[in-house]
Amino acid sequence: MSSRDTILQRLRNRSGGELKVPNCDFSVMQRPPSSVAERIDQFQKTIESVHGEVHLCTRESWIAQLASILSSRGARSLLIPTAHQIGRDLRDSRQDDLPELLIYDEPIENWQPHLFNEVDAAITSTRGGIAETGSLILWPTPDEPRLMSLVPPIHIAVLKASELHATFHEAMLAQNWASGMPTNALLISGPSKTADIEQTLAYGVHGPKELIILVIG
Amino acid sequence: MSQASSEDPHHIDVKEFHPRARAAIADPKIRQNFRKAMDGLISKRKDAFEGMDLEALRDLGANIRLRALANLPDLLEQLEKKLTENGIKVHWAIDGDEACRIVRDICVARNAKTVIKGKSMVSEEMELNHYLEEHDIKALESDLGEYIVQLAGETPSHIIMPAIHKNTGEISELMHEKTGTDLSNDVEYLTASARQQLREKFMNADVGVSGVNFAVAETGTLCLVENEGNGRMTTTVPPCHIAVTGIEKVVGNLEDVAPLLALLTRSATGQHITTYFNMISSPRKPEELDGPEEVHLVLVDNGRSSIYQDDELLDTLRCIRCGACMNHCPVYTRVGGHTYGTTYPGPIGKILMPHLIGLDEGRHLPTASSLCGACGEVCPVKIPIPDLLVRLRRESVDGDKLNPAKVRGHGAKRGTLEALVWKGWSWMHARPGAYRFGTAVAARLRKLQPGQLGGWTEYRTAPRLAAKTLHERMKERGQ
Amino acid sequence: MADPIKVYPPKPSHVYFYATCLIDMFYPDAGMAGIQLLEREGIKVCFPEDQTCCGQPAYTSGYHDEARAVAKAQLGLFPEDWPIVVPSGSCGGMMRKHYPRLFKDTDHEVKAAEVAARTWELTDFLLNVCHIKLKDLGEPTTIAMHTSCSARREMGVAEVGPKLIGQLQNVNLVEQVRAEECCGFGGTFAVRHPEISGAMVSEKVDTLTDTGAEAFVTTDCGCLMNISGYAEKNGKPLAGQHIVSFLWERTDNGSGS
Repeated sequence: MSSRDTILQRLRNRSGGELKVPNCDFSVMQRPPSSVAERIDQFQKTIESVHGEVHLCTRESWIAQLASILSSRGARSLLIPTAHQIGRDLRDSRQDDLPELLIYDEPIENWQPHLFNEVDAAITSTRGGIAETGSLILWPTPDEPRLMSLVPPIHIAVLKASELHATFHEAMLAQNWASGMPTNALLISGPSKTADIEQTLAYGVHGPKELIILVIG
Repeated sequence: MSQASSEDPHHIDVKEFHPRARAAIADPKIRQNFRKAMDGLISKRKDAFEGMDLEALRDLGANIRLRALANLPDLLEQLEKKLTENGIKVHWAIDGDEACRIVRDICVARNAKTVIKGKSMVSEEMELNHYLEEHDIKALESDLGEYIVQLAGETPSHIIMPAIHKNTGEISELMHEKTGTDLSNDVEYLTASARQQLREKFMNADVGVSGVNFAVAETGTLCLVENEGNGRMTTTVPPCHIAVTGIEKVVGNLEDVAPLLALLTRSATGQHITTYFNMISSPRKPEELDGPEEVHLVLVDNGRSSIYQDDELLDTLRCIRCGACMNHCPVYTRVGGHTYGTTYPGPIGKILMPHLIGLDEGRHLPTASSLCGACGEVCPVKIPIPDLLVRLRRESVDGDKLNPAKVRGHGAKRGTLEALVWKGWSWMHARPGAYRFGTAVAARLRKLQPGQLGGWTEYRTAPRLAAKTLHERMKERGQ
Repeated sequence: MADPIKVYPPKPSHVYFYATCLIDMFYPDAGMAGIQLLEREGIKVCFPEDQTCCGQPAYTSGYHDEARAVAKAQLGLFPEDWPIVVPSGSCGGMMRKHYPRLFKDTDHEVKAAEVAARTWELTDFLLNVCHIKLKDLGEPTTIAMHTSCSARREMGVAEVGPKLIGQLQNVNLVEQVRAEECCGFGGTFAVRHPEISGAMVSEKVDTLTDTGAEAFVTTDCGCLMNISGYAEKNGKPLAGQHIVSFLWERTDNGSGS
């Protein structure tokens, strides 16, 4: 018999007999209704407490704000989505102090060392955010692949204020995640960090050292 | 661990608990490192649950885990079906050895020579690194704590914070010696050096191996919780990802993940959420530009299906591996993780390891507790750890004729003399007349009471018998 | 899973007093103090002569046959439906929480559950059933309190001791750091793992001493024996008492029995 069948048979024929299935009361996951402003406030407080940086922007102002954020860091290159509106807006923008714009349009195997060693920052869209935990929801796509939010030292995420949910639980139900999950879904709540050396926090251990969120109101 | 033989250099004799405990207690550095860390974790956990209905959340967490266990075989089949549909290959392993062989076979088929690892306690349980090294496959840990522990040639001393037993100075010296990093007490500098060293390794690794925090049957999704990003690197950069997990990690619905995640990170490190919550449901699709082309899941039994047979012991399998029980354990805080000599230390280790290595080998584990109950009080899924410790103590001495022992290696701790003492004790205390007579005589002879009472008087004066028992005084009172 | 919610009974005319073997042999004064406090509240106290030990030492050591034999001998001591009051969280916890487990699927299952439901920790009973009002007659003093782990976690009475002491106007109660941490007693644990238990009690004594308190009180004689024994052996100036001895001594105006 295969290991699979042996294991399943042992589980099915358990000597203690059939187990009672308890009821699961999810009401503790519910939160009182909140306004967008309250959610932005909570999101900002929470993510700032873990070293995230939040900039409130408008549709008109975000590119200028982005340019100034990046120049203050001395970033020389920015990886942008190819097809997403964010990428198109950046390419079409007349903002002249943006760094060199790069696109992720071929498989990682073709340019891995460059991505790992040369790219200073990347900007991605989000599928919304979570106020309670200060989290961004990302579902990477061919247009915005998984490593964009992980490898460059600075990750900038664009979040629409209207897409802020109160909790993870609410977000996954509202967006009906159970009907089909992507290759990779992510919650990102701050820059990469570790406390493995004597409980002392250090940022950027493997992923980005900085997480900057542009909240579009 | 069960497979390790005495010739194996990695073998630690679990039975040598006492000498290790004595050594750890005598080492002020170890005691200080653990005390400081545990105090911090206790207060962070408390703050993280502030304002939440923790009891209701723990009830939900417990019920979600119990519901998953009640449907375990069905959920595993559903998980397998969904993952397979999603393009993830599922393997089943009866024990750690088989799981190691499966990982190696996948590596061999891909001609893989280097493996980069995210944090996985199941892989520690399997002793995967050791096995792969023996088969000429280099396995490198990428979680900073695990990386440090691997540099030192040690094993993790905590399931969440593997290098918690070391302070910054010790880590700096270790990194200096092994990797040439400059000596420094600047944690940022040490972390940046590790980042540099590991980035190269990620790019060159042939396979990434990770653990799993929750496996969702409904959608065929593997969930990983982490702060560093090494887990995402491990599961995204190498062309092949192998996830290993215990069969009990499955949950029914995606919705179940939300409360479990809320409990896990707050209980573990006092974080509302970790930096990354990584949900993987398929390998790279044709149009996608990164991610592994192959993803495997190895479902490891290794004694779990035996635990599953018994209604009471089954509660052990609820565990979501947060480590809160060890953070709050006064014994763990004193002796540190390595004293246990087991993959999982602390309270959860004491109730889990006897099943994995046998109660004969692990006979001291259930006794190393004052049954203070701090572990059960903080467990996010309400595992009655103290009751399970008592159950295993009973099994280790075959102490209950009405409920015969079941755990492998039971009865190993039953000594003739000890059993006789308890029989005598029981005889006297079940007979009120004999008890009254005996205690009254003892009170009369209290001047002859020995001043030395074994381990007790090593640290304390002997308790002094009263001149008259309460029984006698009540009798005098006319009651 | 979760323990049933406590529902306090109305103040009864009678109670059973289950003294515990440690009090019987080592701390009978604490037993007398408990009985006198109850009597002062107008309650008739019945002390079943045939009581011995709740069986816990054997139970936690894994010798359940032996524990059951001893526990069985206790089950018949309480024929009336009066509350059973125990001056110990540990023995109280054994009877309230573990008797039903020990006698599960035996002829005594119903009886054990019935006894369990009537078992109360003494200070909890004084505060929440008797609604005791204490009048402090003692000199000003500063004390610390160690609530036993079983009183705290099995009997859920962590708040009770401080509330009772709070009624004593000349007593300043100070809290030691890590108050909720175990003192290292744990019954046979202290003998099986003396080095770990010793490390635990040494830190407990340090934290209690650091408060500047003149003395400490505790709900359980096991902890008392452990903490006082360590302090004495190591020359630490820290006196200890069972909380009910302390309460009785400070409030007894000589009219008690």
